[in-house]
Amino acid sequence: MLEIRNLHVRIDDKPILNGLSLTIHDGEVAAVMGPNGSGKSTLSYVIAGKPDYDVTDGEILLDGQNLLELEPDARAAAGVFLAFQYPLEIPGVGTMSFLKAAVNAQRKARGEDELSIPDLMRRVKGAAERLQIPQDMLKRALNVGFSGGEKKRMEVLQMALLEPRFCILDETDSGLDIDALKVAADGVNALRDPSRAFLVITHYQRLLNYIVPDTVHVMAAGRVVKSGGKELALELEANGYADYKAA
Amino acid sequence: MADITPIRTAAESALIDLFPAVRASLPGDSRMALSREAAYGRFVAAGLPHRRVEAWKYTDLRALLREAAPPAAAPDAASVAAAAATPGVLAGVEAVRLTLVDGHLVAGLSDLSRLPAGVEATSLAAALGTGHSLVGRLGQALATDDPIVALNAALMTDGVVLRVSKGTVVPVPIALRFVRLGDMPRAAFSRVLVVVEEGASLTLFESHEGPDGVGHQANTVVEILAGAGASVDHVRIAARGTGAVDLSTLGVHLSAGTRFATTAMVTSPALSRHQVFATFAGEGVRASISGGAMLTGRQHADTTLLLDHAEPGGESRELFKHVLDGEATGVFQGKIIVRPVAQKTDGRMMSQAVLLSEGASMYNKPELEIFADDVQCGHGATCGALDEDLLFYLRARGLPKPEAEALMLQAFVGGALETIAHEGIRAVLEDVTAMWLAARR
Repeated sequence: MLEIRNLHVRIDDKPILNGLSLTIHDGEVAAVMGPNGSGKSTLSYVIAGKPDYDVTDGEILLDGQNLLELEPDARAAAGVFLAFQYPLEIPGVGTMSFLKAAVNAQRKARGEDELSIPDLMRRVKGAAERLQIPQDMLKRALNVGFSGGEKKRMEVLQMALLEPRFCILDETDSGLDIDALKVAADGVNALRDPSRAFLVITHYQRLLNYIVPDTVHVMAAGRVVKSGGKELALELEANGYADYKAA
Repeated sequence: MADITPIRTAAESALIDLFPAVRASLPGDSRMALSREAAYGRFVAAGLPHRRVEAWKYTDLRALLREAAPPAAAPDAASVAAAAATPGVLAGVEAVRLTLVDGHLVAGLSDLSRLPAGVEATSLAAALGTGHSLVGRLGQALATDDPIVALNAALMTDGVVLRVSKGTVVPVPIALRFVRLGDMPRAAFSRVLVVVEEGASLTLFESHEGPDGVGHQANTVVEILAGAGASVDHVRIAARGTGAVDLSTLGVHLSAGTRFATTAMVTSPALSRHQVFATFAGEGVRASISGGAMLTGRQHADTTLLLDHAEPGGESRELFKHVLDGEATGVFQGKIIVRPVAQKTDGRMMSQAVLLSEGASMYNKPELEIFADDVQCGHGATCGALDEDLLFYLRARGLPKPEAEALMLQAFVGGALETIAHEGIRAVLEDVTAMWLAARR
């Protein structure tokens, strides 16, 4: 279970999150929607531990453990995974060697044995097939020259391999055509599990047709201003965010 | 500047006094003696290079070289045994090995009797002593008045003369291993002349090794003369022996249609200068010059290139990467000259540096002198810290900060090693990179 309590965050002295509280239970898919500038991406970065953000108050608990006390890599080892809105290109680092380094770093941090290369290859291959990621993409430098859709699918592939407890999808739908969106959403849906929770950040209701949320939360001015079921997303699609901007 | 006569430094005076003391023992006939005398005169006139000498602006040897070490004696049996006892940097790669201990070619540690067909190798001392036919070509690849080259020309004691005959494809790399020994700093002045005849092909590897913490001083000149259509791959590495002073000059004379690639990597010397003089002396030469340095503490590494496109249709690619930690200093100077006849020259030069600490410095000085009107020449230089966003991306995937940084730096430096065609040698340089990064963690 992820509990965010009264979170206040500033960047360069500018308040971005102003007392945000949100609880996401195991097995739950929670969608966070909101207009530009409402603090959605900041929320995802603060959970994952990006430097540059100044958390002035509040806490983020994953199964009772305060994530704010952990370095980003320790948060990852504790089970947090952020699928980036704009996955980064890493010239010179092969996709396979990156995946191996990431998987084994997390296993090491949890006191588990490193995965053997054949085991890792098998897992990567299986996950890649489900996400329609061709083998030759795995031989290239990570994300270098990948299309927007390929990068997003690569994020989902990493999510599948790392088996996180808590997944954040930051605008996974941005820049995707409908076919790519379906593939990515299918990949995410395959990972839905009673022991795993998701925070799905999106501008548009469209993604939620494919990743159907259990709860929907509206963010405005750095707080959750309304929560409801999946029908709330449809309501937002029809009426826009105008009602919440003033809030 | 001619009116400035700086006071001689201790190191300069010692180097000036050295030649008269040892000249009688230096190999060569009377013609060679005259040539040495002339080179000595050039060094005396110029002195040690300093910051007012443009080509040495950022590597002020007058200030950086406190003392000149006495010349190393020819190795005794104990030294040879000590050199044999340590595996060379290239130990795991199949190669024809030539070992120089304290600047002297040691026959017992060299594959002189097992040279591939079409390859001839002899010690420089022997070549000078017997008036070998190639001796007359010494200096042909080095049309420069550089004082460090002049010092080498005056004092060169031993080295290797290597010939690859016309059309010969040498099947394995020829590995020159320069080993320095002993706890007291000593100087070695070595010269290597490599003649790769028409259509021949050679991979040449140089490693420079010595004990850590000893200020051995090497002044090494390697000249490569490539005949028409020849193909030469050259890799140089100075990765063992902290504290050393490593002054290196590579002179390359490239005939029409040659392909040439060189990569130089520095991790260990306290003070190093690698200067490359390349003359594109025929049409359609393709050359790649790359390398890098990984430095920490107060290390200083200078790479200086002078590429002279003297004939049309030449292509040159330069890529250098520096990783600087502690209070280290990196220098990259690259000058590309395109002569009036050298139309259709295509030259691109890039220098990139990552600074890992506040105290590290990088100096980049690209220069283009273009006298032809139908050419493409470009240069670029970047200098900065590791990309914080990328670092966060890797950490968000579970890589602890030191591992994430190491992965990024390995990839960064790896970009300058991609032009090494020989996989085994490239792997050796990648290992050196990884070991430097592991030591940093």
